[in-house]
Amino acid sequence: MYDKKLKLTAVWLLFILAVAACSPAEPQTTEVTRIVEVAAENSPGRLVIYSGRADSLVQPIIDQFSAATGINVEVRYGSTSEMAGLLLEEGSNSPADIFYAQDPGGIGAVAEAGLFATLSDETLSRVPSRFASPDGNWVGVSGRARVIVYNTDEISDPATQLPNDLMGFTAPEWNGRIGWAPSNGSFQAMITGMRTIWGEEQTREWLNGIQANNPIVYSGNTPIVEAVGNGEVTVGLVNHYYLYRFLSDQGDTFAARNYFLPGGGPGSLIMVSGVGILNTAPNAANAQRFIEFLLSVPAQQYFSAQTFEYPVIEGVATVGQLPPLADLDTLAVDIPLSDLADLQGTQDILVELGIIE
Amino acid sequence: MYSTYRPKERNWPAFANAKPLRLPMGEKLQNWLQSGTVFNVTLYLSAALFVALVLLVPLYLFIRTGTAWAKAVETLLRPATLQVLGNTVLLSVSVTLGATVLALPLAWLTTRTDLPGRRLWAVLHALPLVIPSYIYAFLFLSFLSPKGLLQQMLQRPFNIERLPPIYGFTGAFIVLTLISYPYIFLTVQAALRQMDWTLLEVAQTNGATKWQITRHVLLPYLWPSLTAGGLLVMLYTLRDFGAVSLLQFSTFTRVIYNRYQGFQLDEAATMASVLVLMTGIIMLFESRFRAETAALADEEICDSSRPRQMALGRGRWAALGFTSLVSFFALIMPVGILVYWLVRGLRHDLLNGMVGLVQQNSISLLELLAPAQLSVTTGLLTAVFAVLIAIPITILSVRHQSRWAKLLTTLSYGGYALPGIVVALAFVFAGINFLRPFYQTLPLLLAAYMVLFVPQAVSAGRGVLARLPVELEEVGYSLGGSRWAILRYVILPLIRPGLLAGGLLVFLTVMKELPATLLLSPLGSRTLPMLVWSNISEAFFARAAAPTLLLLLLSSVPLAWFSLRKG
Repeated sequence: MYDKKLKLTAVWLLFILAVAACSPAEPQTTEVTRIVEVAAENSPGRLVIYSGRADSLVQPIIDQFSAATGINVEVRYGSTSEMAGLLLEEGSNSPADIFYAQDPGGIGAVAEAGLFATLSDETLSRVPSRFASPDGNWVGVSGRARVIVYNTDEISDPATQLPNDLMGFTAPEWNGRIGWAPSNGSFQAMITGMRTIWGEEQTREWLNGIQANNPIVYSGNTPIVEAVGNGEVTVGLVNHYYLYRFLSDQGDTFAARNYFLPGGGPGSLIMVSGVGILNTAPNAANAQRFIEFLLSVPAQQYFSAQTFEYPVIEGVATVGQLPPLADLDTLAVDIPLSDLADLQGTQDILVELGIIE
Repeated sequence: MYSTYRPKERNWPAFANAKPLRLPMGEKLQNWLQSGTVFNVTLYLSAALFVALVLLVPLYLFIRTGTAWAKAVETLLRPATLQVLGNTVLLSVSVTLGATVLALPLAWLTTRTDLPGRRLWAVLHALPLVIPSYIYAFLFLSFLSPKGLLQQMLQRPFNIERLPPIYGFTGAFIVLTLISYPYIFLTVQAALRQMDWTLLEVAQTNGATKWQITRHVLLPYLWPSLTAGGLLVMLYTLRDFGAVSLLQFSTFTRVIYNRYQGFQLDEAATMASVLVLMTGIIMLFESRFRAETAALADEEICDSSRPRQMALGRGRWAALGFTSLVSFFALIMPVGILVYWLVRGLRHDLLNGMVGLVQQNSISLLELLAPAQLSVTTGLLTAVFAVLIAIPITILSVRHQSRWAKLLTTLSYGGYALPGIVVALAFVFAGINFLRPFYQTLPLLLAAYMVLFVPQAVSAGRGVLARLPVELEEVGYSLGGSRWAILRYVILPLIRPGLLAGGLLVFLTVMKELPATLLLSPLGSRTLPMLVWSNISEAFFARAAAPTLLLLLLSSVPLAWFSLRKG
């Protein structure tokens, strides 16, 4: 009995040792960093990013920045609301230099709390003014469009079978066929935009109309695209780029495609992920370099080609499957993105109408 | 009956020079813990220190609430919110019952019968605990949603176009039951391993039926472990967010998350206080249950030297069917889908590779090593500390009937029913304002883990200690052993199975912890659940599958050790 126990303990210990031994040896890397630091005339120093965008999306581009500048970048990942909550709690004591948010709501909350420094005019002028905060404390990095994702088995010709704009989905024929995610940040940003474009009354009318069609509620964009792909619902209200992950994972047989509503309005809103520099940033100069890098051609090409998003600077092409931003621009109503930051009003309406708790 | 107790052969150094206490015949032995001593003060102090750590959380909630309480109360009193509160109670009670119904027979079958492959089953039935609830819910839906994999399999042969939707209560109930029954399974298993078979034999020779034995011998014996495990399940259901959000059943935690989603930290804090209050109420109920069992337990004896098995006979096929069915839904189905995701992604990569496209799905295994190492290390560290902290609380809660002991025990569970993000933000608040040097370092992360996980170790230990007759300790005391010697040579060896089960529970749940780790871990560090979450939320299925499978693999090693430990 003891033999067995010993053996098992030994196996477990060996196992831990093996894991420990295989992991990258830390002393070596710190050694290298030290050498680099000593070698450099002016040490490139470090940069601390709080990222509300996932590791899988932005770490590759951060690695490129790190390699190009020698700056030691450390990132804390989480959801945008978690990272915003963290920043609000930390206040002026935050060790962070940069907040990189997935949606306008998250960055708006941190801006509202007065935690951001003002960006230079040069930085702000790189993007169209509607992709930056009018107060100049944050700037958009990559764009995504709100789209309708539809099941290709049920909808063969979206141009005739799908309505022209969002209001069309309140028609009774869509009863039980719509998937949405009312607790999702991007969805709530879209509703905030809707309130600006359509006004409160029409927004409520639309929300009530969709509610009356018994939409299936999902927790976010990914489950919606999955449900549209397998035919559980016919259409879903999502951001455009989730579909391409499914296609690259499962191939072109995945039975869903995006439809960019031709009728314009809040249904074809362009939103951005954004960055801002904390006004307490210990490494403000490096933070500035990072934002410049994000708005450079190589980084914008990365977002265009790898995450299937829209570049926010001139002169970078979108990938083949996407309609050019210019086409969408003619459709989308020109509203400043900072208007999308008022999440509170939107949430109050959603609670009042019994759509979220 | 006490004559059946045979301590293991060993030298008893602490008792070597002891003079036997002379007790007047017939006088009741004094309770060895009654008088105030250094030992008692130490017990109380160490429990109080931990409770102080836990109380940081309600203190933070109070401060953060500030002036927001008025609006929060208004939200609370809405009929919709009240309904959500009702949902929460309904779900947590049903999941606790459901988990009990699964876990009790499974624990029995895997420890005390000749079920074929029972040790393997013992490992398999604890593993669902390791799967993060959001990913389990996602996999469950991939399989069972109206147009999920099952429907796709049934479409051709049976022409089934659509399965009935499982969203709402049904889905949330099934998912939470399947991922939380291991709490009860592990605590009850620890008790069954120690059970004296003669208890059952005595009942049998006296002509008791199987039902009577179960009702009057087995259940009372297992009651302390059952209530301890059940408490964990109930409180876990209160705080879970992943499963209820994917399965679209509104519980109170969703209300809290919606407030965070709107960056209303103050309102979220008020809402979270409601969960703390609910924990208190549940603990009150639970302590009444426990008071009744303590008396029962005194009459029982443990004798682990005679493990025996019940022959299942023909019933073994039914037993195998039951255990396989549960395992299928709780483990095999999710693992199967994960493997499918991985293979599908890699195959697509291969095709892409041939035409020179990016192969984004192949995760180099080396990339998983550092996160795996961090997950295992923090898991082990937390388990060890949590068990150490749990020992004094366990003894206090079972052996001391004082008000203070009860209060300390109840308070030690104060942070357990809270979503991880609430506890994490409380520690962010404390760290950034008062403990700057420790902010976002391992010690502070471990402190937050303690608040979240020590109750699991306490529950497991309590279940075992409550069944030990206090007379064992008093005999030791009357023989002149010091209180420390009794702790070292009587209590600790006897409650070891409970402590090990507790440590294991802590290890497994730390391995999958996400929100507190996200906010409090040292900058730049990554754990396996972080990789899982980052990939699944962005729909990189193949890349989410690899770390999840590794998480399961790593967790099964200590589980295998635990369940093979005794012959």
